[in-house]
Amino acid sequence: MTTTTLAALVPLLPFLGAAAGLLLGRTAPGFVRPLAVLPTLASLVLAAVVAVRQGGGKAIDAATELTPTGSVPIDLALHIDGFAALVAVLVGVVATCVQIYSTGYLRDDSRYPSYAALVSLFTSAMLLVVYSGDLMVLLVGWEIMGICSYFLVGHYWETPEARAASLKAFLVTKLGDVPFLIGLFALAADAGSFRITRILSTVADGGLDQPTLIALLLLAGVAGKSAQFPLHTWLPDAMAGPTPVSALIHAATMVAAGVYFVARLLPVFEASQAAMVVLAVMAAVTMTGSGLAALAQDDIKRVLAYSTIGQLGYMTGALAVADRGAAVFHLISHGAFKALLFLAAGVIIHAAGTNSLAAMSRMGGLRARVPDAFWTMTVALLALAAIPPFSGFFSKESVLGAAEQAITGHAQGVPGAAGWIVLVAGLVTALLTAAYAMRLWLLAFNGRGTEAPDHGRQPRTMTVVLWVLAVPSLAFGAFAYRVLPDWFGGGDLAPTVATSVLGTGVSLVGGIVTYAAWRHTTSPAARIPLGAVAAHPEADAAQVEAEAIASHAPAYGGVAAAPDPADPGRLLLGPLHRHAAVGFHLDGVYRALFVRPVQAAAGLVRFLDREVVDTYVRGAGALPRWLGIAVRRAQTGNVQTYVSALLAGTVVLAVAAVLFATGA
Amino acid sequence: MSLAADTPGFLSPTGVEITFVLVGLVTFGAALVTVTTRQLVHAALWLVVALGGLAVEYLLLTAEFIAWVQVLIYVGSVVVLLLFGLMLTRAPIGRSPDADSGNRWAALAVAVASAGTLIWVVVDAFRTTWIDLDGPAAGSTKATGQSLFQNWVLPFEGLSVLLLAALVGAIVLSRKAKETDPAAGPDPAAPHSGEQGEKETR
Amino acid sequence: MHLAYPAVLSALLFCTGLYGVLARRNAILVLMSVELMLNAVNLNLVAFDVWLSRAAEETLHSGQALTLFTITIAAAEIGIGLAIVLAVHRNRGTADIDRLRDTAESHDLDSPDSDALAATPSEKAEATA
Repeated sequence: MTTTTLAALVPLLPFLGAAAGLLLGRTAPGFVRPLAVLPTLASLVLAAVVAVRQGGGKAIDAATELTPTGSVPIDLALHIDGFAALVAVLVGVVATCVQIYSTGYLRDDSRYPSYAALVSLFTSAMLLVVYSGDLMVLLVGWEIMGICSYFLVGHYWETPEARAASLKAFLVTKLGDVPFLIGLFALAADAGSFRITRILSTVADGGLDQPTLIALLLLAGVAGKSAQFPLHTWLPDAMAGPTPVSALIHAATMVAAGVYFVARLLPVFEASQAAMVVLAVMAAVTMTGSGLAALAQDDIKRVLAYSTIGQLGYMTGALAVADRGAAVFHLISHGAFKALLFLAAGVIIHAAGTNSLAAMSRMGGLRARVPDAFWTMTVALLALAAIPPFSGFFSKESVLGAAEQAITGHAQGVPGAAGWIVLVAGLVTALLTAAYAMRLWLLAFNGRGTEAPDHGRQPRTMTVVLWVLAVPSLAFGAFAYRVLPDWFGGGDLAPTVATSVLGTGVSLVGGIVTYAAWRHTTSPAARIPLGAVAAHPEADAAQVEAEAIASHAPAYGGVAAAPDPADPGRLLLGPLHRHAAVGFHLDGVYRALFVRPVQAAAGLVRFLDREVVDTYVRGAGALPRWLGIAVRRAQTGNVQTYVSALLAGTVVLAVAAVLFATGA
Repeated sequence: MSLAADTPGFLSPTGVEITFVLVGLVTFGAALVTVTTRQLVHAALWLVVALGGLAVEYLLLTAEFIAWVQVLIYVGSVVVLLLFGLMLTRAPIGRSPDADSGNRWAALAVAVASAGTLIWVVVDAFRTTWIDLDGPAAGSTKATGQSLFQNWVLPFEGLSVLLLAALVGAIVLSRKAKETDPAAGPDPAAPHSGEQGEKETR
Repeated sequence: MHLAYPAVLSALLFCTGLYGVLARRNAILVLMSVELMLNAVNLNLVAFDVWLSRAAEETLHSGQALTLFTITIAAAEIGIGLAIVLAVHRNRGTADIDRLRDTAESHDLDSPDSDALAATPSEKAEATA
């Protein structure tokens, strides 16, 4: 088969798997698991074959016209360069791991067939986005991901948190998608095509009339999808979904799509200096803010969610200094270790029966209960904190190195301000990242108190996957920074001495300070009992997690924070803790800016409809009703009255006829 | 009578005309009393006067056969039937205060309006038309019989079928009522059908 | 004789009968008034027949024939009419026309009907709420 055919099969197989899963889910439950895992696995193999064949060489382009539109044509196009090939492999790996993990995680879930089908569809949509060479087709995958995330985040729809979170994820991303769509149209109108290659050549010729406007419009969609400030608020709430879904969304698919899109169309953004600075500021605010917020979260998954936002901030920061190689490098390595973090967190939640770090810190021996999760999560947290030689170190250093190059003026057409912003924010975030990674590790695995309940070994499908993902988390970076520049055709990704020393030093400082704070706070932790665990510890992991999410707010007073004075994060953040725990009140701002006005407008419309419009309607109905009442009065049943009226009418008619006939 | 020029005027009435007007006034007066009196039986009797007056008018118009039929059937049987009906419905003898319904004024208005219209139209159309009553009687028994059995045989026979249907209908109506209410007293249909049968043999 | 005399008399009698039909309460009196109206028509028919039998050369005496038919039909009508009136009187105890109002809009239906009308806006309010 040609590479083009193989590449076309890559998104198609999970799609067919999803369709088959939805059709057969109820009638043939035995086929559901193979139908979920095998197409994804096959598409992973095909994506790997495509990547090997492409081999970082010339980009593969294939197109067939989808439909004649009369104006700007829409093509069913493939555009596979090194970025696409590698990101597709990442998507395949993470999706396969998630599918295998889900068979154990949602072992007894009655809605597993539709869940697995939606995950397959999600994967298919992301692969479409990755391979598509046409922006309209890319948009199709983009929107399918939006609706799949809505359904998957709302998987536990019995809980109000999940319902609210799914709606919020959908609406917030749509808020970004509307300007995104307009930006796509503007771009295509300027370039005369939706094909990425044509657009990039137009940009190279300087054919864009409004590069800043287009870049900012596109940026809104990217911010929504990739959870960048100020449209990131849906991502922490999306933790109300099942853990494998979080892993899929955070590691490989949905949030990666925005970064990947910018990486693909980076020349469009580069055409506008203002857009690059905006991108840098957005990345800096996102990074630091999410680092602070992550330090204050109590829900283990929310910590990871904010860390995702921060790592995405690194990627957009790399893009802001025009180094897409570094961005995609970090995207791939982050995809591996973030998937691992989430999947390990799922195991921990299942074992502990709670998702609260405060409760885990009062639970002894959790690390002995889940040794696989402990070791792999340690690896992943070290990668997250960018400690050498884990993969996160190399990718993060490549980002910082790119920022440094922008400052020193080695990068073409990048404002120095963007470089400074990204570098400073990146270093601050490195400190914060190490701090919250350390806090998470200490609270989760070094708790003291009653022994953690023993539920036996975790399902093998769930633990094996962790080790599979631990390999790239451990070794991918050291291996890749030498190979990837060939694939990306970009600059050197090797860490420079200055940024390495600086970054690693800052990370170590963060870790050590957190450890010291933790030592300081362990003594009160023993004194203050806190914690609630799930009511059905023997159930499958998904139900335990659903109960943990549902009970967090009643038990601890909120979905985000817990009133735990022994939390090292509380000590470190001081008075900032209260604000960081609720995401710096951004939800409140949105409530004041959007929700209240919309509700007020709805109230006004309701008033207008009920009091004004209905008054006219009732008034219009009143006249016929009165006429009807009058006519009804005439129906006395008295034959003589009827005949009188009849004859009177006859006389009138006769007189009229006579007068007319005689011409009077 | 074709020419309007030699038509006698209204101011020089003939004897027949004077008689016609006088009898007409009596008839009209009797009819008025029939529809206004509060004594139901009196109404039937005044109806006899009105119908008899009409019979005289037929005679004056030289339609003698019609006049006798009028006397025989109307005065002789219809009014008798009506009196039977009045008695069978237990109509009160004497003045009944509610003989007229609440519709009286509307009825008066309609009646006056149609009378005005009709008279206006009729007078406007026929004020110069003259009937010549001299010569052989237009409605003698011979003339009527010839016309009836030469030109109108088929409708005449059809009419007998109609009368038969009416006879059967009256019986059916009465009998059905008897079945639903057997204790309703003497069968009222018997005299009617007898009368009907009489008429049909006419 | 002027044709106007019988014609006017006929019109007057007809309208008298009309008044009786519309104003009388007792069904038998209404039947009497119907007889008056029929006789008015008969008079008209006879008068015009006499006029036409003189004015025209050949005549079928249709007016007189029709008068005879009318008289016969009136007799049949009075028979059937009286049978009906008696049946009604037996069933209902009255022969008063203005009490026979079964076809009237009943006033009991009024209240549920207006209830339904009143319920419609509130249902709509619930739907929009």
